[in-house]
Amino acid sequence: MAGLAASYGSGAMTNSIAEIEDCPVMLVIGSNTTENHPVIGTVMRRAVLHKGAKIIVADPRRIPLVQDAAIWLRQRPGTDLALVNGLLHVILRDGLQDQKFIDKRTEGFEALKESLKKYDPATVEKITGVPAADIEAAARLFGAAERAGIFYAMGITQHTVGTDNVKALANLAMATGNVGKESAGVNPLRGQNNVQGACDMGALPTDFPAYQKVANPEMRARFAQAWGLASLSDKPGLTVTEMIDAAAQGKLKALYIMGENSLLSDPDLNHLRKALAKLPFLVVQDIFLSETAQEADVVLPSACWAEKDGTFTNTERRVQRIRKAASPPGQAWPDWKIIAELGKRLGGSWGYGGPAEIMEEVAKVTPSYAGINYQRLEELGGLHWPCPDTEHGGTCVLHVDSFSRGKGLFHAVEHAEPAELPDEAYPYTLTTGRILYQYHTGTMTRRAVGLEDMAPECLVEINPADAQSLGLANGDQVRVASRRGEIQAKAWVTERVGRGVIFIPFHYAEAAANLLTNPALDPVSKIPEYKVCAVQVAKAA
Amino acid sequence: MAQSKLTIDGRELEFTPGETILQVAWRNGVRIPTLCYLKDATPTGACRICLVEVKGARTLVASCALPAAAGMEVSTDTGKVHTARRLNVELLLSSGDHNCLLCEANGACGLQALAYEYGVQAGRFLGMTQTYPIEQDNPLIVRDFSKCILCGRCVQACNEVQVNRAIGFGYRGARAKIVTAGDRAYHLSDCVFCGQCVQACPVGALTEKKARGQARTWETSKTKTTCPYCGVGCQMYLHTKRGKIVKITAADNQGPNFGRLCVKGRFGYDFVHSPDRLTTPLIKENGSFREATWGEALDLVAAKFKEIMASEGPDAIGGLSSARVTNEENYLFQKLIRSAVGTHNVDHCARL
Repeated sequence: MAGLAASYGSGAMTNSIAEIEDCPVMLVIGSNTTENHPVIGTVMRRAVLHKGAKIIVADPRRIPLVQDAAIWLRQRPGTDLALVNGLLHVILRDGLQDQKFIDKRTEGFEALKESLKKYDPATVEKITGVPAADIEAAARLFGAAERAGIFYAMGITQHTVGTDNVKALANLAMATGNVGKESAGVNPLRGQNNVQGACDMGALPTDFPAYQKVANPEMRARFAQAWGLASLSDKPGLTVTEMIDAAAQGKLKALYIMGENSLLSDPDLNHLRKALAKLPFLVVQDIFLSETAQEADVVLPSACWAEKDGTFTNTERRVQRIRKAASPPGQAWPDWKIIAELGKRLGGSWGYGGPAEIMEEVAKVTPSYAGINYQRLEELGGLHWPCPDTEHGGTCVLHVDSFSRGKGLFHAVEHAEPAELPDEAYPYTLTTGRILYQYHTGTMTRRAVGLEDMAPECLVEINPADAQSLGLANGDQVRVASRRGEIQAKAWVTERVGRGVIFIPFHYAEAAANLLTNPALDPVSKIPEYKVCAVQVAKAA
Repeated sequence: MAQSKLTIDGRELEFTPGETILQVAWRNGVRIPTLCYLKDATPTGACRICLVEVKGARTLVASCALPAAAGMEVSTDTGKVHTARRLNVELLLSSGDHNCLLCEANGACGLQALAYEYGVQAGRFLGMTQTYPIEQDNPLIVRDFSKCILCGRCVQACNEVQVNRAIGFGYRGARAKIVTAGDRAYHLSDCVFCGQCVQACPVGALTEKKARGQARTWETSKTKTTCPYCGVGCQMYLHTKRGKIVKITAADNQGPNFGRLCVKGRFGYDFVHSPDRLTTPLIKENGSFREATWGEALDLVAAKFKEIMASEGPDAIGGLSSARVTNEENYLFQKLIRSAVGTHNVDHCARL
């Protein structure tokens, strides 16, 4: 999100989901859409079937959407940036850019143009492994389209160059004039129901609600006033990964984790386990006694989504209601009530009557949510932020007349290899992700009859040629090891992955892919490089 | 586009070229029953229930499949129409084992409703014996071919609404059947268990396995909510009986999903009623948990936080909020950490 914020001034999906059906050309890169955002995958496929849309899939894996694609670019993991720069090189070389848009709406184009010179198709083929002719064809398809949309997910951001990857995509969209109009744009597909909302609400060390910066003294004064305090801390906060490091170093003394199973979702789990063990006081608030909750000193039981009222903000910035349909089990409380009760004990004014009342306070301090309240959500079904006042109908397309930051900023971004590359000792590239039938750390889906039956165990995807050279048959147990740990799981010999590449889903505690992954971070977004690390693979004894 | 006019039951109505007679009628509140029409998909004209009279036409026409034309005079409510519909309902009833007593669709069945409306019973025609056994080898969807009326809505839902392309018509004549590639069972086919076929089925041929025997449709209440899984935010109904979720269906006519769901959204709800759910606060003593009251647990957390805030400063405390909980809860969480603890050490797992 940091990359998009730097380019456009806002880190969210620029367009709405419904517009996808009328999007004539799509670049889907680093998103296994039909498995991870299946209903968006459906809209994409409907665009192809009913409206003749053309999809360019750029993915190291032969994901299901490849069968709907006009062009499939199989880049080597970790070379997305070079590929995108290569596409833009061809577009500029062939004069397919939208010069009017560039002149009027953007800045930094000359420097970008200069930096792109070296990304000619032949060079990019050498870096990415994608044939130059395919790069040319994809670039022409994208560049010549009247409207073209870019869709990406963690396959773009979970790299040490994740922020630069996003900037490269932002460049591509701006240079072709595909921002600020319907059925186009740059669209990060958020992986969890309310990631967008958690960010919007300021669950970030650097930002108050609506991305108002903590570093800005004016903002600190405004929130101190809103919360009835004389002042707020001017010390920058720590990110997740920095907090874990601080715990390992003994600097962090207490951690309060709400609704996250970090012990399965974080990179380099061994490091995390040691850090949590060193922490003097851990509070975990969850619906299950998750791997993380088991390490806690105090566990607080929450109501789940079906047992409370509230709102989620989806990936297209649409704020929608959730409604209580069942009672929480035993003594479990909704999270808002637990926080408020804890707040009362720590001091301050915490007498909220319920979620509707909390949303009223949110609207007061969050300019993009100012026009959102429960009555309007009831009437309209949902509202896309920014929604600045209660007469405003919400905003589907961002940056229509100007970018959030004024002019769109091109960034000259350069290809850099992933932090850990395969070598003689660890000759395979591991990439991780999700599968259709499971979700995140599996605390929900692994308890679902049917979902768990369809995908009961971790399958390690390995190319047939690699399997042959390792003497592996489909279904054999394999041992996969990185410099950080090792796991055992069943081999799935499949063309889904290319030669030299291994894919492991991270849902399974008994074969936790994140024992292997590399905690190397993107320097800006602090996102770990889950998509590339070096491993060795062998048939398990 | 230019508007043209046709007449339905004596009312002059405007239509947009491409609209079918059925669509124009429905848009204007004229009721035409149908079993096979499916929004967002190509009409199939399979069920022959939506028959209407069009002046000058040789036979009754399927209003779902015939585009409206300028000057057309349509009658939806004539004796001829009713006789034909009644006969077609009777034929459909005779074509399978439509026993409502144990049928999951009882009370929400298009065929049952039409049989009731037209006062039709099976029996006049020699019923077909059951051709294919019930398929329930997969964990999620039961396929009862004896109740299938071959309306093709599931095929349209799979191929044109979800575009998963897992099923189609197979075999011929009386042996016709909805099949996957190679007529394999669902779980051995290309099916991805989005369940759109179940939602589209107008009768009891396709049902949610987990919902069977759980509740009659009239015993459940429907609560509209947002899916808790990925970031798409599909709108859905939780069907509950006495506070227990018995099934989930998609909310229609509304974004972002317009009546569609995926396998997780539709079938991934068991965790709500899992016996593993935490039901009481827990405090760890000597390495193992004991149950505690809310007062005890919250007092302990507050005391520990205050102790650390006093001795080490607020920056020795951190909070991880969650991309799974509501906006209101995220707002309160960061407010708690920033205002009551006094540090900006607050983050969540968006990065992971």
